[in-house]
Amino acid sequence: MLISDLCKTDSVNANNVAVQVKVNGASHSHEVEPRTLLVHYLREDVGLTGTNVGCDTSSCGACTVHLNGESVKSCTVLAVQADEMEVTTIEGLANGDEMHPMQTCFMNNHALQCGYCTPGMVMASVSLLDENPNPTEAEVREGLEGNLCRCTGYHNIVKAVLDAAGGQK
Amino acid sequence: MTIGTPMLRKEDPKLLTGEGKFVDDIHVSGELWMGMVRSPMAHAKILSVDVSEALKMPGVHSAYSGADLNGMGLWAAPLPCAWPVTEDMVNPPHFPVAAEYARHVGEIVAVVLADSRYGAADAAEAVIVDFEQLPAVASLDEAVADSKMAHSDLSTNKAYHWALEPDNAAVEAAFANAAHTVTGNFVQQRMIPAAMEPRGVLAVPSPHGGELTLYSASQVPHLLKVLIAATTGLPENKLRVIAPAVGGGFGAKLNVNPDELLAATLSNKLAKPVRWTETRSEAAFSTHQGRGQNQRIELAADADGKVTGCRVHLDADMGAYMMLITPGVPLLGSFLYTGVYDIPAFGFTCDGHFTNLTPTDAYRGAGRPEASYAIERAMDMLAAEMGMDPAELRRRNYIAGGDHFENFTVSSTLAFDSGHYGPNLDKALEMADYDGLRAEQKKRRDAGDAKQLGIGMVTYVEICGLAPSRALGGLNFNSGGWEHATVRMLPTGKVEVVSGSTPHGQGHETSWSQIIATKFGMDPNDVEVLHSDTALSPLGLDTYGSRSLSVGGVAIAMAADKVIEKARLMAAHMFEAAPGDVEYENGSFSVKGTPAKSVHIAELGFGAFLAHDLPDGMEPNLQEQVSFDPPNFAFPFGTHVAVVEIDEGTGNVELLDYIAVDDCGNQVNPLIVEGQVHGGIVQGVGQALFEAAAYDEDGNCQNPSFLDYLVPSPMEMPNIKTDYTYTPSTSNILGVKGVGEAGTIGSAAAVMNAVVDGLSPHGVKDMKMPATPQRVWNAIQGVTV
Repeated sequence: MLISDLCKTDSVNANNVAVQVKVNGASHSHEVEPRTLLVHYLREDVGLTGTNVGCDTSSCGACTVHLNGESVKSCTVLAVQADEMEVTTIEGLANGDEMHPMQTCFMNNHALQCGYCTPGMVMASVSLLDENPNPTEAEVREGLEGNLCRCTGYHNIVKAVLDAAGGQK
Repeated sequence: MTIGTPMLRKEDPKLLTGEGKFVDDIHVSGELWMGMVRSPMAHAKILSVDVSEALKMPGVHSAYSGADLNGMGLWAAPLPCAWPVTEDMVNPPHFPVAAEYARHVGEIVAVVLADSRYGAADAAEAVIVDFEQLPAVASLDEAVADSKMAHSDLSTNKAYHWALEPDNAAVEAAFANAAHTVTGNFVQQRMIPAAMEPRGVLAVPSPHGGELTLYSASQVPHLLKVLIAATTGLPENKLRVIAPAVGGGFGAKLNVNPDELLAATLSNKLAKPVRWTETRSEAAFSTHQGRGQNQRIELAADADGKVTGCRVHLDADMGAYMMLITPGVPLLGSFLYTGVYDIPAFGFTCDGHFTNLTPTDAYRGAGRPEASYAIERAMDMLAAEMGMDPAELRRRNYIAGGDHFENFTVSSTLAFDSGHYGPNLDKALEMADYDGLRAEQKKRRDAGDAKQLGIGMVTYVEICGLAPSRALGGLNFNSGGWEHATVRMLPTGKVEVVSGSTPHGQGHETSWSQIIATKFGMDPNDVEVLHSDTALSPLGLDTYGSRSLSVGGVAIAMAADKVIEKARLMAAHMFEAAPGDVEYENGSFSVKGTPAKSVHIAELGFGAFLAHDLPDGMEPNLQEQVSFDPPNFAFPFGTHVAVVEIDEGTGNVELLDYIAVDDCGNQVNPLIVEGQVHGGIVQGVGQALFEAAAYDEDGNCQNPSFLDYLVPSPMEMPNIKTDYTYTPSTSNILGVKGVGEAGTIGSAAAVMNAVVDGLSPHGVKDMKMPATPQRVWNAIQGVTV
């Protein structure tokens, strides 16, 4: 519903735009409707479905990815805005078989249940520690305010991020 | 990593790396996207539907009104309601797409199919529908008043009257002889369940073979398969339903929905895959809501505070239609209004009412959080009335005086399996430093601090382990309560467990593996759990009502025991010994007295597969199955203490501390138990402080998106302090009770007891949920809102 409210165009097909985006290190070129959201581009054109959509108002953060190294909600970025930029998704975080330390800390602290908010939560947490490598509990909670989880009550997510911060020292 | 150890979850690596596949992640070529045209009015006559403009749009395949679909003969029956609670319950026919009347905002009035997600949304907006607006029943209060009709062809909004009145004379006598009585009038506001994964569906037909595979973000693929067959006439044997990774449910994915039936029938009719994923803002209309009850509870007590009688009446908001268990939700709570207390006289009545709002149905706890809220708030009101400490009042009324008991029949007629409430309360009060908190509260009150403390507690009990099938039959609930399991020792010594439970975040693959690891003395990573696909797991009744471990997990343990018994016969044959002389310990069989000669159960799989040398008459293969029908429910309990700080200047309530001592009997995986407790608590806190589906006088939901429907964020929650007591259930061989809903059942009342306690110096005796700053500030000013 809201997608079309936000992105109405009269003749979508004629106006397709070429985008070139480096996703997890690999270059992708596609023709997209100008209104295509980055998250739909990643999921349906690039084929990386790890990034999830949990809302339509930029409230839940399930779609968080890194755009040129900074976390963004990819439902609030148009694919065309990511042209010539680098995106990292949850699929690009692990180093081969070895999970990123944040992923390991989420597992060790039981910081996920259904796992739907998890990719966005992990990407936001990685970004949070990039900006503040030694956060307090309050700073972790504030830093993740834009990411909603309905399963965990956040207790173990906060614990996981603090654990990851401790591991960096 | 056996039963009782905090094994890390086997599910996590896939979910942490984006490898897990939810419905919206699964695509097939040629798929069509459905776009739903929804009523903008809560109650309207549909005069005409014009799809011609939509059909001209690029990429649009077809479009149908409700009348079109009715004419295509797609429906063998209306959407199902499995729980006609009384014989004369009113249940107006409800079809996936409305043809004549729309009865809530967001009811589907037409559907378009297009070749893209955006194209379907565009085409849905191009459908022109002419409505004639009718008066809308926009609240439960309006429904009870009965001056407007939610269904224009009915003469009352009342759908049913249901009573649980074992002994009304005893109730009358209790109130006639009472030294103290209190009456609580509570509102359980409508809640939007808000699982993080929106619901979605993908139907894949096989035009020549006739099979149909339906992927759905569902808690109940097994029920869905039966009910799709029953409502569409598609042959059940040709249907396969798969719930892939499912992103939370909380009851909201426990239904048979219009979109699922549309995808199934249209994909079959059009010979094309058909899909749909709800948007978050759409979910307030396309997915059922929870709660929606007005409660009146009265308690009678003697001069010592011993509660002698409890009388309850509910008015329950059904919404516009009866969904799968809509009318039964209040009944699930009805048996729990006496809580953990030995109250000898009890009576309960409930009226269900139609409104022109989104239908209600199960939401985490389903009837039981409401019951727990009512009795636990009423106990605090009684304590305040008598000037007694709320902990002391509870202690005086616990079943068995707070001592350990088994199989105690309460006045609501159920037999509680086991309980031991006294030490549970003691532990919670000690962890909270209850006396210290009361001293701090007094200090702040005496000093007139701007921020005052409120301390609230509950001791809750819940009914889990749904359910003895006969009990469901007795309540007119058209479902069984059993669960199925198959345990299979593979030729190479690995194990497959087939479970009829359907996880959506609960970590079943881990817990079930631990049960097998314990039974077979093997590594849980050598166990694979197959579930959530009716082709892999044909028999099952799925996951809801905190039933998975106490019914499904128990079925697995029982099937494992049967495998052990068959393997014992094989081992005896191999050892040339009598089966009675063969001992089994930690996976290994040996003959009594000669422990050096032994064989591990995993080594017997290959012999059973070869079948070259089995005992006479024994069937090949080492696998067994069990359908377990529990003899009784299970009754977990716990004491929660909430500490809030109330800013008297702004009315803001901050949850400072939360202590939870839960007792779910024996625990298979304490890590998973803890996670369930945390999440459950926060959902109840959300109801107490933040969440409410708000409707205007025309029946429009005012806050369908996450911008204004306030799911708690990390900022609002404190860390939660948890501990446990362990009182094994007598209802099953594992002694387990269930924990999925426990947190929610305790927490809303604990927080509201704390809020009211904090405001009591202002003469406040009750407050509606959610306790928003505005409500709290008004209460401090002496204004009731």
